[in-house]
Order: sequence, then C-alpha cells, then structure tokens
Amino acid sequence: MIRELLKYKDLLFMLTFRDIRIRYKQAAMGFLWAIFMPIVAVAAGILIKKAMAVVSGQYIDMLGVVSISVKVLPWTFFINSLKFSVQSLVGNSNLVTKIYFPKAVLPLASIFACFFDLCIAGIVLVVLLTIIKLGVSIHLLWVPLILLFLLLFTAGVGLLLSAGNLFFRDVRYVVEVVLMFGIFFTPVFYSASHFGNWSHLLLLNPVGSILESINSAVVLKQMPDLFWLGYAGFCSVTVFIAGLNFFHKKEPLFAENI
Amino acid sequence: MQNPIEFTNVWKKFRKGEKFNSLRDAIPNLFRKRTAKNVKDITLEDMEFWAVKDVNFNVKKGEVVGVIGPNGAGKSTILKLLSGIIVPNKGSMKVTGRLSALIEVTAGFHPELTGRENVYLNGTILGMKRKEISEKFDEIVEFSGISEFIDTPVKRYSSGMYSRLGFSVAAHVNPDVLLVDEVLAVGDIAFQAKCAEKMRELLRSGVTIVLVSHNIALIENLCSRVILLGRGEVLKEGAPEKVIPYYENLVFQQQENELKQKLKSSDYKVKVTDDLAVDISNVILLGENNEGKDSFCAGENFTVKAEYKTQKKIENPVFALEIIRADGVLCCSSNTKEKSDLGDSIEGKGGFKVNLGKLDLCPGIYAAKVSIWDRDMIHPYVIRKDNIFRIEVSGVKNADGVFLKDMDWQVTGA
Repeated sequence: MIRELLKYKDLLFMLTFRDIRIRYKQAAMGFLWAIFMPIVAVAAGILIKKAMAVVSGQYIDMLGVVSISVKVLPWTFFINSLKFSVQSLVGNSNLVTKIYFPKAVLPLASIFACFFDLCIAGIVLVVLLTIIKLGVSIHLLWVPLILLFLLLFTAGVGLLLSAGNLFFRDVRYVVEVVLMFGIFFTPVFYSASHFGNWSHLLLLNPVGSILESINSAVVLKQMPDLFWLGYAGFCSVTVFIAGLNFFHKKEPLFAENI
Repeated sequence: MQNPIEFTNVWKKFRKGEKFNSLRDAIPNLFRKRTAKNVKDITLEDMEFWAVKDVNFNVKKGEVVGVIGPNGAGKSTILKLLSGIIVPNKGSMKVTGRLSALIEVTAGFHPELTGRENVYLNGTILGMKRKEISEKFDEIVEFSGISEFIDTPVKRYSSGMYSRLGFSVAAHVNPDVLLVDEVLAVGDIAFQAKCAEKMRELLRSGVTIVLVSHNIALIENLCSRVILLGRGEVLKEGAPEKVIPYYENLVFQQQENELKQKLKSSDYKVKVTDDLAVDISNVILLGENNEGKDSFCAGENFTVKAEYKTQKKIENPVFALEIIRADGVLCCSSNTKEKSDLGDSIEGKGGFKVNLGKLDLCPGIYAAKVSIWDRDMIHPYVIRKDNIFRIEVSGVKNADGVFLKDMDWQVTGA
C-alpha cells in the first residue's frame, strides 16, 4: 500500500496543491487565513487564562501567553486536518467512483494542505517569538520529531474517519462535536501540570502529550518528558498503521457504498 | 505471452433499494440483521442482484474488443471492474500493464483551477508523473485547441472546452490497456475528427483496447472482436459480422414486444362503432411457402390473409391495409376503394387476402393494420392492428431507410 502511495506521490502533491490553491483563491484574506484561526484561539486562551488568574489571585505571565500560542498552532492543525479529511472522500465522490487511484491520497492531501497552513503560521510565530526574544535552546531539535508524531497521528485518525464517513455520513457530525469540545479536554489553554496527580489522565490523550512536549521543548526550554513523548510516539505510529490498514481493507468497497 | 486482460468467471452483485449510510439507521439495522439471521436471511438476498454473472473473456495484446448490449447489461460495470474501481465478488481478473480509461474524462477537474493546473491535476489522477505531463503539456494543449484560455479557471469554460481539455489529457496518457466508454462524441465535428484520428493512431500503436459503445457502426469499424452482454451475461462473442446482426435482431425482438404493448394499450383516434357491424378475425401473415409466421426475410413474398363476419349487410365496404414501422412511419398502404370488381356488398362470413409481392422493406419491426371502412372511407367499421411482424437482419446490416433496394452501381473514371 505504501509502495502504491509512493507511486502516486505526484498525485498527492497535486491534490495538496489543489486544496491549498482553492483555499486561498478568491479569498480576500489570502494567506491571513492560515493565522486567522490561531489568532482567535490565542485570544480566547488569553481571556480564559486571565479569568483563571483573577479567580486564583495570580498574574498572567508572558510565558503563559507564549505557551498558549505555541500549543494553539498544532491544535488548530489537528482539528482543521480532521475537519477537512473527514469530508475528503465524500466531497470527491466523482473521483472515488470514476477513476482508479489509491484513495488514501485524498485524506492525506487535505492533511498536508493543513500542514502547509501550520508552516505559514509557524513562520509568523517564529518571527513573533524572535521579537519578544524568547531565545533558543538545544531542545528545539525535538520539535521536528514531535511534529512528525503529530502528523502520523493526524493522518491515522484522518484515514479512519474519512473512510468511516463514507459509509456513515453522521461520522462527520460526531467529529465536529468532539472537536468543538476537544479543546477543553486537551491541555491547550492550560497546562496538564495544573491538575497535579490527575495530569496523567490528560496526557493519555496523545494530542495532549504531544502539545505538552512541544511546550517543554520550545517555551520551557527543557527536555520533554520522555515517557510521555514515547507514549505519544507509540500511539501515533499505532494509530497511523491502524488507519492505513483499515482504509486499505475498506477501499474496494468505496465506489459502491459512497 | 500473457494476455493483458484476463477476466475469469467474474461475478459482481449490487444491492437494490436504499442503503443505510447514517449511523442512526445502521444501529437498528444491526439488530434487525442479527435477529433476521436466526430465521434465515432472505430479505438481504432479495435486495441483491447480479450485475455481472460469470463473465469470462481474455483480450490479447493489441486487440480491440467491443462490448455491446442494451442498457443495464453490465457494460460499464465491467469497465469499472477492469479499471479496479470496484472488485468482483467471485472470480478473478487481471490487467497487466499501464491502464488508462477514457471514461468521464473531466471527473478530476476542479472548477476553480485554471486549465493549466487542471491538466496537471487530471494527468496525475490518471496516473501520469508531473515530469511526463510537462513534456507533453504543449501537445495536450495543442490538441485541445484552447491554448488561448489555458490560464483561465475552467469554471469559465464552455462545456465543449471543458470536455475537450479532459479528453486531450486522457488521450495523452500512453497506456498499454485503454478502456473507452462512449466518449468519442466530444466537441464539434472538427474535434471529433481529431479524436477519431487519435483513436486510429492508438490502434496503430498496438494498444489493447476495450471499447464500450452504443454506436454499432463505430464498433464494427474498429473492433476485431465483439462481446454481446445481456443482463450481466455474455450472450455472444465473436467477429463483429456475426455478433452485431444477432444483437440487432435481439433489439428488434424487444421493440416488437414494446410495440405490441403500446398497440394494446393505446386507443385508435377514430372511434369505432360500439356495436360491431363487422369483425375481422384470424389475421395471418403468410410468407414464401404460404405459412403463417411473424418473422420474415427481406425480399420474401408477403401476403396478408384475414376473415370477416358481418351482423348485417354492408354496402360498398372498403378494405384497407397499412404497413406501419415501429416508430410510426406509414410505409405503404392499399385499399379497395377504386377496385369495383370486388363486389358491392358483403354479408355473413367471408375472407380476404392481399398479396404485397416481394417485401422490400428494411429490417425492422412493422405492424400490419387491417381495416374495413364505409364507402367514402370516412368511418371505419373495424380496425385490427395487433399483427406485428419482423424483418430479420441477415449479415451485417448494410441498408438504412424504409425501402430495401437492390441498386445497380456504376462508377466510371474521370
């Protein structure tokens, strides 16, 4: 299956290009779209943080705000990817029923297109962090690995959900609801450590442990918790393989069941 | 050497009726299925049907095979199976080499993208590499004839430009095996000629082609072998001059049944008196050997014979016969109005017979309409039009029109 995907890597590239192109074409904001959602999310995060600070009688510190910004980007990537990929097969039913090619490129292309957005927003963030002189550390080298885990995890879930939505259209609505409230169950606006002994429960969510690892590496400038990073890596690879297998097994049924 | 296409005992079933594609519907159905399974699962089987039933065929390298058959025969299903979009329930199939399909050539287009972007997109969807497309790009655009608008979003294209660009991309894939489904009728006459030229070029290059079409003339011209499908099964396979007449007769038979149905259900516009003063019965069509039948050879001697019975004496009746083609064209008619030597009145039982001589009508379905009218042919006493007959196709059909004429040709040099 991987080999066939590699054979069609040009198609994957073209579809990713198509998704990016369509998103930015005839859009007044153009590339601002890539940072629009993160900005709104960060604003919401700061508001919540401020509220919590008032309640607990503390001040909000710069590091807290930075931490939210750093975690919001991967989170937006995650939910956007799922939102687009869950629709990717049904939205391209023409291609699914008419032409033969490995269908996995459709959800993967929507995820890559979102990854492109993440890169744009990431560049903006890097510029901002340089301006406020956050500084660098050797632990930044962890970031690519963590992002790879995030990408694998997202791809695995995206493959599963896109195939699921093809058979059952309400998968999409379930996903929307889960994603809408997912932010409360994931340490984006807050840090898992706030919950003391309960923090492990939050980190069981692989996205949670991924976000915390990024936070450690970028903001706290320390080694990510290797146990939880390892856990996230294990989950990501497992979910990716499971998603790929499930997708591959169900692929022959796509055209007649869409 | 292995055959590029091997299709062995392939079965494919589809489901009729509504499917459950929301979780809300599926969950109760899950239980239903489970309970139903205990008492033998008949409902599910009832909803399924075989779209392709035990189909077998091989295609040799460089061969051009035509697939014909009425709608719903399974032609497109077979193409979908071949291209790998759907998989068989039973049996095996194998396609060796690069496969390309001239089916739905614009399926990969996105309206927001420009022609150029869509060429790349559609090309990669059809399995080309980007490099390959770049090499052929000029050729593709040249072929489509829309180089002027190549950087315009395709949503602004006319439908003709749209399909021309689609065809151009698909035609430049350079496959080993090509599947074609009724797409040669794209664009205007000039472009169609170009398509035909491209097809011939592909034929010469030794590509293996499977061609699905309702255009019998096209199949006859291009294919070396024809497969006739009906209701998912192979009805006949072989040389075009053998299979195509068989298919045409099959179509005529179907038309005949339809015409019979239509004649039964439709009322004739002229009202026939309720109390039948005359009735016609036992209308028989006679062939060469004076035997009653309903299928004739072109050029056969043809006679219509019938009996009548009157309730009272009828003065100066006019007998009439019309031969009507399945599509309603009145091919010929005759009546006894001017034939005074046939007697002035009829009473009681009797019969009449019309000989038409050689039946020089083209193959097809016809109805013989027999009627008896009053003297001035204003009011019919009775009309019988339920006699359908068929003129069989023998050999490849080489005549169209109403009449079958053996014409004498002479061609002289300049």
